[in-house]
Amino acid sequence: MNTRRTFIKSVSALAAGLALMTGSLMAQAAGKPPIKVGILHSLSGTMAISETALKNMALMTIDDINKHGGVLGRKLEPVVVDPASNWPLFAEKARELLAKDKVAVVFGCWTSVSRKSVLPVFRELDGLLFYPVQYEGEELERNVFYTGAAPNQQAIPAVEYLMSKDGGSAKRFVLLGTDYVYPRTTNKILRAFLHSKGVADSDIMEEYTPFGFSDYQTIIAKIKKFASEGKKTAVISTINGDSNVPFYKELGNQGIKAKDLPVVAFSVGEEELRGVDTKPLVGQLAAWNYFMTLNNPVNKAWKKEWAAYVKKHNLPEPALTNDPMEATWVGIHMWAQAVEKAGTTDVDKVIPAVGGQKFKAPDGFTIEMDPKNHHLHKPVFVGEVRADGQFNVVWKTPGPIKAQPWSPYIPGNDKKKDEPDPK
Amino acid sequence: MNITKYIAQAILVGLMFAAGAAHALTEQDMMALSSGDNDQRIAKLATVVTAGDASVIPFLNSLENDEVKYTGKKVYIVNDKGTVDAATGLAVALPDDAQDVINNNRMRNKLDAAIAALNLESTDAAVRLQAAKTLSQSDAGESTLALVKKAEKIEKNPEVHELLVEIRASIELLSGDPAVRMQSARDLAGSTSSDVKDLLASRLLPGGETDPDVRKVIAAAMHTIDKRLSYYEAAGTVFTGLSLGSVLLLAALGLAITYGLMGVINMAHGEMMMLGAYATYVVQNLFRHYLPQWFDAYVIVAIPVAFVVTGLVGIALERTVIRHLYGRPLETLLATWGISLILMQLVRTLFGAQNVEVENPGWMSGGVHLASNLVLPYNRITIILFAFAVLLLVWGLLNKTRLGLFVRAVTQNRKMAGCVGVNTARIDAWAFGLGSSIAGLAGVALSQIGNVGPDLGKTYIVDSFMVVVVGGVGQLAGTVYAGLGLGIISKYMEGFTGPVMAKIIVLVIIIIFIQKRPQGIFALKGRSVD
Repeated sequence: MNTRRTFIKSVSALAAGLALMTGSLMAQAAGKPPIKVGILHSLSGTMAISETALKNMALMTIDDINKHGGVLGRKLEPVVVDPASNWPLFAEKARELLAKDKVAVVFGCWTSVSRKSVLPVFRELDGLLFYPVQYEGEELERNVFYTGAAPNQQAIPAVEYLMSKDGGSAKRFVLLGTDYVYPRTTNKILRAFLHSKGVADSDIMEEYTPFGFSDYQTIIAKIKKFASEGKKTAVISTINGDSNVPFYKELGNQGIKAKDLPVVAFSVGEEELRGVDTKPLVGQLAAWNYFMTLNNPVNKAWKKEWAAYVKKHNLPEPALTNDPMEATWVGIHMWAQAVEKAGTTDVDKVIPAVGGQKFKAPDGFTIEMDPKNHHLHKPVFVGEVRADGQFNVVWKTPGPIKAQPWSPYIPGNDKKKDEPDPK
Repeated sequence: MNITKYIAQAILVGLMFAAGAAHALTEQDMMALSSGDNDQRIAKLATVVTAGDASVIPFLNSLENDEVKYTGKKVYIVNDKGTVDAATGLAVALPDDAQDVINNNRMRNKLDAAIAALNLESTDAAVRLQAAKTLSQSDAGESTLALVKKAEKIEKNPEVHELLVEIRASIELLSGDPAVRMQSARDLAGSTSSDVKDLLASRLLPGGETDPDVRKVIAAAMHTIDKRLSYYEAAGTVFTGLSLGSVLLLAALGLAITYGLMGVINMAHGEMMMLGAYATYVVQNLFRHYLPQWFDAYVIVAIPVAFVVTGLVGIALERTVIRHLYGRPLETLLATWGISLILMQLVRTLFGAQNVEVENPGWMSGGVHLASNLVLPYNRITIILFAFAVLLLVWGLLNKTRLGLFVRAVTQNRKMAGCVGVNTARIDAWAFGLGSSIAGLAGVALSQIGNVGPDLGKTYIVDSFMVVVVGGVGQLAGTVYAGLGLGIISKYMEGFTGPVMAKIIVLVIIIIFIQKRPQGIFALKGRSVD
């Protein structure tokens, strides 16, 4: 009995001490009700391989903001839901977050089909979504901020690299993807882009597989045949989710080396390569706006914080960071800054405040949210897989570039406005 | 070959030797190879290769393996043995400002070719073979020509020699002399490599070969190779079909017992496979923890473990749920579907909702290289063999054992079997357990080729029913034909239409087939059908 009482005493003393140390901000934060923020990522199903890490990163960012005093003197309280890689369930869960939990903002979605399925809900209930993944563009919503890349910030520079001398002077392209809106639209843009570079339709092969597909033997045989027609060939992969594991396994088993047939992926990063034997894949490419190997102080500090978080919460080691995680981190911070600026969490007041926000990102630049078009200005990197599953940056843009959500390679887009329609 | 050319070559080779003896890499050379613009590095590499000194191989290997770092003036090699100064070979401390050498694919390709070319002089035939293989797959380039020619002349090993001819001809196909190009094209006609075909095709494109006679020879050579490659391609389609067929067969064999023989519409069949795959995962982790030196054997141990675990789960299910539902197909369907959800949630709770990682043992990675366009992966070969082993096991159990006899007797005429003293209830439990065990074995196989997650069963349950129904309920032979047949048809269609369309076409074919022949490929004849 006695020991318990002393224990309680010492704990409360410790707590009091902590509260004193962290100062008035904390005391303030404790007094007001917390701000609820929603996290909408698949924690099961085919997309869990990619999205689980984003949920964890969102929680860490919220922890980080709370440690520094919260937002408007209030703490952030995460509400985590699992839409289970089930697209209609995304809409249902989004409605639950907005209507029942009354969250101020939602961070979430990976696949474009999930984003498309929640859009009507956000429009109807006037919610705010921060979407952290590179996507196909062709969309500009008042209620959404896109912290991942638009096609001109990832897909197009990557293909330009493949066509350059160092990238292997590719003249023939295989567009391989999972069968849904993101790969189909991206490939439509890429095809138009390749046409503009003088690549004929006969030099482009387009192929799609269903979600969760796992038998890539025939497709790889087909690619091999396509590649032996006298022109240097490259594969552009928009395969999403856990299909990537059997795809890369099969590439390795078939003895395909990157120097003969490079594969550049837009949805494969450090996290997806966890659990794949990367030795046969050395040299395969990925294009992103961030790589874990980037050498700058902001990235170092961020990786350190994440590693500590992973250790503390017993998450899978080693602690890996990747592009969408960086976009999550940047997005949540920018929202927090905007709320501070607006002085309220009211969506209609926060939206104009987000435009023009600046943040020192782990990609090594102070990146800016475009004042008008709801997209970040981002630098682009092309990386090659190393034997340890990390990437060597082999090409980069000199600085951040502005997003073009309406791709100039799709006819009719030149007439579209570079900002969302007002409410 | 005339004599002056011969002498000139001999002198050239002699010069190279002399140069080689005097030429070890200086610090400046190493620096030039490690840093700066890729064009300049490649040019430097070409001069190193032309010098032909094999003593540079270790440094090039370090470069290739990303072990080289450099500062403003010094080059270092950093590996698990520590850090050494590349020029002196002495151990030193790595300065903080040392930069990694970044090799992109283009650079790595040239490095591979350079190392391989220098290794052609090795006294070890295996090294020479490997070098020739590497060289034939990389962009060899002009600078390696002298080394290749020299090696071609002295090489005794026929396999290496054949590759050397191909490499030399590939380089000389770009020669300035039409007669040399003509000869090269003729030499290349004997190849079975898609890389060579690729090269020949590239010469026929605009901007390639200009001499009309040489073009004709190149076109003919390409045609010969193409013909040869198309045989391998056809063999490849059959193999992938067989491979998919064996997976379908494995997935369906258990169901052929529980649904085919016993008539239980077992929606939890997929989850039995999933349990088998998770059993493999658990065994793998145990091996990784306790017996890392035996890791490659974990799959072998996983087979009996999965068999027993899923068998026990199956027997438990039969005793607690399914035996109350015999003869009520709709209720069975609902109950087993419910069970499948329970099992999935159970696994989610125990192992997490994310996929778990099942690593292929070393001997299942890679493949048999039959031709440049036909590599048979070891994991697929293993699964084909395994599928037939399981088939043999099931066939043996059903046809050669007392248990099998009873199972057949009970499923054909329960009352009569009971009358002659067969304990029908126990036989039901055993049979259902056996069906589940076979599903567990399928799970072991699936864990080696696909992702292991709680949803694994869902992917295969439809395919399993498809195979059993098409094959003919109650028939093992039908299941085999249907499994392999559907596999080959799917893969054949995939070649033309892509996987999404192929799946649709196969389903349409099955619907039409079932309309025409509801009893499947084989129908049971005689009085047993009631």
